[in-house]
Amino acid sequence: MVPIWSWGRLVPERVMKGLRGVGHQVVNGVWRLGYATRFFLVTLMRSATSFRRFRGLTFREIYFAGVLSLIIIIVSGLFVGMVLALQGYETLQRYGSSEAVGTLVALSLVRELGPVISALLFASRAGSAMTAEIGLMKATEQISAMEMMAVDPIARVIGPRFWGGVLSMPLLAAIFSAMGVFGGYLIAVVLIGVDEGAFWSQMQNAVDFRQDIVNGFIKSVVFGVAVTAIALFEGYDAPPTAEGVSGATTRTVVTSSLAILGLDFILTAFMFKGV
Amino acid sequence: MENLVEIKDVNFSYDVRPVLKGINMKVPRGKIVAIMGLSGCGKTTILRLVAGVLKPKTGTVKVDGRVMNELDRDGLYEMRRKMGMLYQFGALFTDLSAFDNVAFQMREHTSLPESMIEDLVLMKLNAVGLRGARDMMPSELSGGMARRVALARTIALDPTLIMYDEPFTGLDPISMGVISNLIRQLNNALGATCIIVTHDVQESLKMVDYVYFMSDGVVVAEGAPEDIRNSKAPFVHQFVWGEMDGPMPFHYPGAPYGADLELGAARA
Repeated sequence: MVPIWSWGRLVPERVMKGLRGVGHQVVNGVWRLGYATRFFLVTLMRSATSFRRFRGLTFREIYFAGVLSLIIIIVSGLFVGMVLALQGYETLQRYGSSEAVGTLVALSLVRELGPVISALLFASRAGSAMTAEIGLMKATEQISAMEMMAVDPIARVIGPRFWGGVLSMPLLAAIFSAMGVFGGYLIAVVLIGVDEGAFWSQMQNAVDFRQDIVNGFIKSVVFGVAVTAIALFEGYDAPPTAEGVSGATTRTVVTSSLAILGLDFILTAFMFKGV
Repeated sequence: MENLVEIKDVNFSYDVRPVLKGINMKVPRGKIVAIMGLSGCGKTTILRLVAGVLKPKTGTVKVDGRVMNELDRDGLYEMRRKMGMLYQFGALFTDLSAFDNVAFQMREHTSLPESMIEDLVLMKLNAVGLRGARDMMPSELSGGMARRVALARTIALDPTLIMYDEPFTGLDPISMGVISNLIRQLNNALGATCIIVTHDVQESLKMVDYVYFMSDGVVVAEGAPEDIRNSKAPFVHQFVWGEMDGPMPFHYPGAPYGADLELGAARA
């Protein structure tokens, strides 16, 4: 059908082409977001297998996502804590309150750096591995073979990985923060010689369980859900080619890093608005 | 003879370009039927329709008396338990050993004790001659061995219908002979009905009961292997004897050769 009148008469074809491109991108983006949401919901709905066969399936994924990420989390946590103590001491001593360095280290770790940095590390270590694994399983027809054997790949492959990631993330964040506090202690007390009693007691006074620890925990759970869901969706949606899988792996790291930082801002705005 | 699979007036397209145009096929119970044709003529699509992975735009696909395109997910999964599919490159689960690959369906679908599963798996692996490779991972297996382990996995639950998607592609002549022998023996021993999608004419004509020839989404010829070998139909003749030019042109349609080389002006 030929339209009687179209914008084409007023707007040059080149501009129209550009506009169409933009529209296409937007529609595509919205469509993919909807598809990802459906994928996420279906994963949740078919999670029964992950818990019924927790020892057989989900344990293994906790090992791959959590235990194998321990080294990088421990080492990074230690160094972040040490750097925080060095920088914090440097500034605080000018005001004669160098004992407060314990408070500074603990609060910044528990509230922000613990959940955020461990989630970023988790995305690049475990998230990218999940995407590549699922993408390759799809490319080598393992997913469709499973479907042919009347085994639901969402329940059998995606679900356990999702819950493995979601359960690992808060634990990793907690370990990260603990290691950071220990690193801060090493620098401030052992190396610089800040009073040990003041270091710990000020920290204990300042860190509130509900306000700081619980909020940090909630953050890490949200990040865990976001990173794992993005990683699994990107893998499941990856075109079954070498470029497809490598592109999906890159997108996992980029998208989940941005999601972590964006979500962190939103969560912080809600959690600490009165502080 | 009762038909296990009946495909009636099936039309299918992935997007706008039709892939299958009015396909009719029958697979009698206990027989081996081959679907042959050039790459990209819609052979694998037929297997996917039979398995219920895809649904036809029009027409019906009936397996064991049930219309596959009307079943819901649970119904489909129930039907698929009676089917086995051997993929072109095996599609073994790369994180499981040969043994665990074969045991996969038994563990998922039955509550058999582990000792019995072990016996069954070893029997299946023995049938493909790879009992000794039980602990090897898919990455350690050669292409032919992987295909044989995949075959053992396909028959793990003794399916009524076994579908083979290009089972001979990329195999050396010995592995090819082994696989084709196994397919025939399995058909004899288990009484399984088989559909083989292939473009390996000589190897499959030796073992099948009936052949469908496809080209461009339609069945162009069908018959017993002898009829196919002696067929005078130009397309079948070209395909069976591997001639380069015939009804199926060697050249993909394009601009005239001279014009592409910009010789047009000189010639004119």
